Amino acid sequence: MEDALLYARLQFAFTISFHYLFPILTMGLSLIIVLYKLQFLYTGKAIYNRAARFWMKVFALNFVMGVVTGIPMEFQFGTNWARFSELTGSVVGQTLAMEGLFSFFLESTFLGLFLYGEKWLGKRLHFMSALMVMLGSWLSGLLIIATNAWMQHPVGYEILEHGKFVLKDFRALFGNPWLWPVFLHNQAASVLTSSFVVGAVGAFYALSGKREAYSRLFLRTAVVLGVISSVVVAFPSGDWVAKHVAVHQPATFAGMEAIFETEQGSELVLIGQPNMAERRLDNKLAIPKVLSFLTYHEWDFPIKGLDEFPPEEHPTNIPGLYYAYHIMVGLGTLFIGLMLWGVFLYVKRRLLSSRFWLWLLMLMAPLTYIANLAGWYTAELGRQPWLVYGLMRTEAGVSPAVSAGNVLFTFLGFVGLYVLLGLVFAVLLGKIIYQGPEPKKL
Amino acid sequence: MELFWFIALCLMLIVYILLDGFDFGAGVMYTFFTRDESERRLIHRAIGPYWDANEVWLIAAGGIMFMAFPLLYASAFSGFYLPLMVLLWLLIFRALGLELRHFVDHPLWHQFWDVAFGVASFLLALFYGLALGNVVRGVNLGGMEEGAALYDSNYFFLPLWNSRFSPLSERLGVVDWFTLELGLVALLALSIHGAAWIVLKTEGTLAERLRKKIPVWAAVLLALSLAALFVWQSIRPEALQNYRAMPVLWIFPLLMLAGGIGLLFAHRLRADWQPFFFSSLFIAGGLIATAVSMYPMLLPSANASHPDLTVFNAGLDEAGAQVARVWFAIGIVLVAGYFSFLFRMFRGKLRE
Repeated sequence: MEDALLYARLQFAFTISFHYLFPILTMGLSLIIVLYKLQFLYTGKAIYNRAARFWMKVFALNFVMGVVTGIPMEFQFGTNWARFSELTGSVVGQTLAMEGLFSFFLESTFLGLFLYGEKWLGKRLHFMSALMVMLGSWLSGLLIIATNAWMQHPVGYEILEHGKFVLKDFRALFGNPWLWPVFLHNQAASVLTSSFVVGAVGAFYALSGKREAYSRLFLRTAVVLGVISSVVVAFPSGDWVAKHVAVHQPATFAGMEAIFETEQGSELVLIGQPNMAERRLDNKLAIPKVLSFLTYHEWDFPIKGLDEFPPEEHPTNIPGLYYAYHIMVGLGTLFIGLMLWGVFLYVKRRLLSSRFWLWLLMLMAPLTYIANLAGWYTAELGRQPWLVYGLMRTEAGVSPAVSAGNVLFTFLGFVGLYVLLGLVFAVLLGKIIYQGPEPKKL
Repeated sequence: MELFWFIALCLMLIVYILLDGFDFGAGVMYTFFTRDESERRLIHRAIGPYWDANEVWLIAAGGIMFMAFPLLYASAFSGFYLPLMVLLWLLIFRALGLELRHFVDHPLWHQFWDVAFGVASFLLALFYGLALGNVVRGVNLGGMEEGAALYDSNYFFLPLWNSRFSPLSERLGVVDWFTLELGLVALLALSIHGAAWIVLKTEGTLAERLRKKIPVWAAVLLALSLAALFVWQSIRPEALQNYRAMPVLWIFPLLMLAGGIGLLFAHRLRADWQPFFFSSLFIAGGLIATAVSMYPMLLPSANASHPDLTVFNAGLDEAGAQVARVWFAIGIVLVAGYFSFLFRMFRGKLRE
């Protein structure tokens, strides 16, 4: 079953990575649309309404992609991870089923109303439907993270004799200490991504010398929301999440930071390549004792290294985990820098004329997606070798009756189909952006 | 408690089939019975605001199945691995066909997505019948081959077909002549349902043409359904047990029959909602009647060595079920609210 396990993991990783590209944007973008609709409600200026409609078009395209790539995610719990579903369904099934019932219906119904019903609804109800779309998409994020938080840090359960998990305390699922820091971190990252995307479109218009009113609006949105969200991603939320990992998953923390041996006062590694054979970092560049201080607020606090844990509890892919984490943190730092610079330019009223900054913003927007994925890879690679942390190993969750050949077949099928999807998506998104918020009537 | 979740799951699946069914059917009409671009656009507009909200019922029903019957979810989804994956790919193509067509105004772009949308709708309607056929026929739980079990007693892996396409052989496949017959029943039923939706939502020559075709299709549908019923009876003689125990349940097969008879006279019905009402009656009645005869079985075992999956051995624990009942009730009321709002908002006829 070795190969079947590998293919099942690859298939899940590939399909979830591709799927997540869409919700990253829709969650944050829904907030921006709500803000534009709100400004329209208060000022009555048509530009806000047109901007909201324009971004809702982008939202709708992303939403369709998110829906069609989301159904395979739910199905894979049963098709590829049957043992996991059988044993934990009564617990994780709760939050997953709630997502369908409470958020998807809300989101899809009100998106339909928003897109097709502006004339009938009137200003206020049209704003309300944007708000409902946002509520639905954020609720969906919350419930998915509640599900993931349970896998990272199981709470409120009881294990029966056959290894079946049953729910003891429903409220514990939402009081999970893992849930709220990660939710805040994730939503801030989503707002960050959409600020960058909105800003990149503004920068594109500004650099091409077109649609000045819109580029001004989009850049202002990007700078204001971008600076808030990029800071919140790091502090307090990122800091908070890291502390939870250090306490609840110390082996993961050691892997993320590539700490091979426990020492009094760990250094903060900036650059370096994990050398697993020699158990050290090559070409290391580090600041002494800072990691201990950041994590425990004591310069000499000992942080457990990998040597303190039996090898079978080490994260299975330490270099992958280390890189994912460092890519996320490195990019996050760049985003804060760029946005602070943007605030400076905004205050100086030089936002639209700083071509170098505009180019940087435009080119960095795709990197926000990479940072988001890297963050999730940190969480998920960090959870390995466990499916339910400390309780159920990944190989115990796979479907017993599905052969490797069949999983490889469908994995390749998904790769082919999603490449096509990605191409179509890119072309269409480009078309929407190129046409702009006031396309010529056909 | 088990009965509650059985009813909840069946309810969600039936609502899903009734809702997404009409846009599958409309997709079949779209490909085979439209004459020009304006008729195709009309069908697009008739399902545009609904299809993705309709599809959410599938996701929600899947979620409920995962939670309420974890073992069923695990066993059935991994056992029907290949057909489910193909189903997913078809759903993706269909959704893209619907949503991407209008982005580019070029005849080749339109043709490509029209075919994707039409073929996927056609195959999906067929597939849901195949799925129903597999569930009522039963599967080779435990994977028995020549007296030995390949898997744990609750698991199986179904190949797409066996060499003889027979529902009676030891090695069952997804496609055999019995499940294929139910596939045709579903294809016809959903096509009629889609045609009836177009009659309900639109005005013009397309609606008139389709209205005249419905009775012919309905006659074939009734004949095929009766034949399927007799075959099912011979494969599973115990299928009528629940009806013998509670004769009042015969109301559901009778509703199905009433729906079918109503459809036979669709061309004479005055009000435009009537064909849709009868096709809904036929589908809902038929599916409820099937569920009634299955209970408490969820997935029958086709061999004697392994027990069926039932609501009792595949179900949820008591504590989880209790709390879930509360939020399920709240959720369903909300959803009913959204849908009545959505359908009221877009009520009325579309014109070419």
